[in-house]
Amino acid sequence: MNPTIQVEQVSKSFGKKPVLNDINLTIPKGQLFGLIGPSGAGKTTLVKMIVGMEKSDKGSINVLDTKMPNLALLQEIGYMAQSDALYVELTGEENLKFFASLYKLSKAEQKKRIEYAAGLVNLTDDLKKRVSAYSGGMKRRLSLAIALIQDPKILILDEPTVGIDPELKLSIWAELLHLKNNEDKTIIVTTHVMDEAEKCDVVAMVRDGKIIASGSPKELKNLFNTDDFDEVFLRAGVQQT
Amino acid sequence: MRILALIKRICQQMFRDKRTLALLFVAPLLILTLMYFLFNGNTVNPKLGVSKVDSQIVKVLKDSKIKVKQYDNVTKNTVVKDNLDGLLQMDNGKYKLTLKNADPTTAKALQLRVNQAVASFAQANLLKQLVTAPVSLPNKSIETKYVYGNKDTVFFDVLSPILVGFFVFFFVFIISGIGLLRERTTGTLERLLSTPIRRVEIVTSYLVGYGIFAVIQTLIVVFYAIKVLDIVLVGSIWSVVVINLLLALVALSLGILLSTFAASEFQMIQFIPIAVIPQIFFAGIFPLEGMADWLQAVAKIMPMYYAGDALKGVMYKGMSLGDISGDLLALFIFAVLFVVLNILALKKYRKL
Repeated sequence: MNPTIQVEQVSKSFGKKPVLNDINLTIPKGQLFGLIGPSGAGKTTLVKMIVGMEKSDKGSINVLDTKMPNLALLQEIGYMAQSDALYVELTGEENLKFFASLYKLSKAEQKKRIEYAAGLVNLTDDLKKRVSAYSGGMKRRLSLAIALIQDPKILILDEPTVGIDPELKLSIWAELLHLKNNEDKTIIVTTHVMDEAEKCDVVAMVRDGKIIASGSPKELKNLFNTDDFDEVFLRAGVQQT
Repeated sequence: MRILALIKRICQQMFRDKRTLALLFVAPLLILTLMYFLFNGNTVNPKLGVSKVDSQIVKVLKDSKIKVKQYDNVTKNTVVKDNLDGLLQMDNGKYKLTLKNADPTTAKALQLRVNQAVASFAQANLLKQLVTAPVSLPNKSIETKYVYGNKDTVFFDVLSPILVGFFVFFFVFIISGIGLLRERTTGTLERLLSTPIRRVEIVTSYLVGYGIFAVIQTLIVVFYAIKVLDIVLVGSIWSVVVINLLLALVALSLGILLSTFAASEFQMIQFIPIAVIPQIFFAGIFPLEGMADWLQAVAKIMPMYYAGDALKGVMYKGMSLGDISGDLLALFIFAVLFVVLNILALKKYRKL
């Protein structure tokens, strides 16, 4: 079986500034894949290209055996952007309903999915409130629920745990693991927090538009002879230069 | 389906934002009413001081609605001190008129009337000296006919059709521009484009969603102007509605388009002096014929130029839609052009 996501020799530059340089990734079905790197390394650009919002200059990206960008395939990708893109004048439920109606879902499915997604992120009791009255964590959870609304095969989450408290961070990770283990979803998460990297099946370290190391967290630790993941990242960076 | 969902969402958002609704529906009426009363104020009769002037001239002056005040002695400061608009003196057999000229329009009108009075007096005197036998003077008054309007036509009657159009244009531009801009700055537009929605679906939904409010606003403004303020309307009210709806569509698509080039609400406001205010200068308030050639060319790329021409044609000159089909076509082309550019501009967010 072909991998769910296949990125081959992808390069991209904005104007004269190169952002990504010869990126290769293979992500099989049901994997929790972490993209780790400092801010500005090119993580967001890479995930945007996988979603199909950006076009690569060179190379090819295939998702579910389809060449990206492809409009129809967006049905199968749930995307959670870095910022909470929510309509604050509307209630949580109205937000979910609105995004649900953008996908191919029957009325009955829509209702079921809204209930399921809201329950998963613990927002069922707050659905009737306007989003402007939500706390930061609630907004983040609602964003996650929206990314799940169409029951996509692939979830792409751009820094899902930035700016939220540790408790909520744990609960989001628990949800991600649940989705991976019980629903066999393929998940890509970007982060710059190293302790989150250890929860991923496979980690790719991105720096200055290049993947400097990749493998399971354990493999990487062995490779660089350390128990500390921060150290792995630093040593990988040194090796590169 | 997706379009309906988007339209529904735009309406929900609008109804939750009471102030924006008020701005859209009440503000144009407020300004229009204010303008109406400003332009329909009564003209004040000018005050003229006279010194050693023939009583017959004084009589003529009084007949032409000038407040005349007699002086035996005048000084340099009389005009200012007594707050006169002018002072007419007889000095060594010559008439001397001093105008205060605080307001050039009043001064010009007063000067004209004084000249007329003096001239007719001189004419009568001359005739008396030349002919001893009474002769019948030819009737001096000219019979005047008007192609458009009548003798009671005031500037506001010509201005009001343009104002109606401009307010529709202005408020629809602001609301639609800021509406889509908020979607851009909050990231929801990008989020929207990560769903399988087509760019053309987004633009269509925005046109229809905000279009609903633009139609309501247009109807309110047009009916208020004509039924309540009793603004001159010779042609059909439905022609006026058609022109304004087309103009609203242009404003809507232009507002959405320009919001692409604005990074914040503040930058959107900066488009007002550049893209909106100049429009009013070319809408027909100043006659186009008097403009320099290059200015006339500039006018031709302004949607308000065509809208102003069409509205003046229907409301003041009583033309039908057929007579102004050229203007309507121009507005339509503007709308189509802006819509297509909008769809292309969304590529900034998603290449597909």
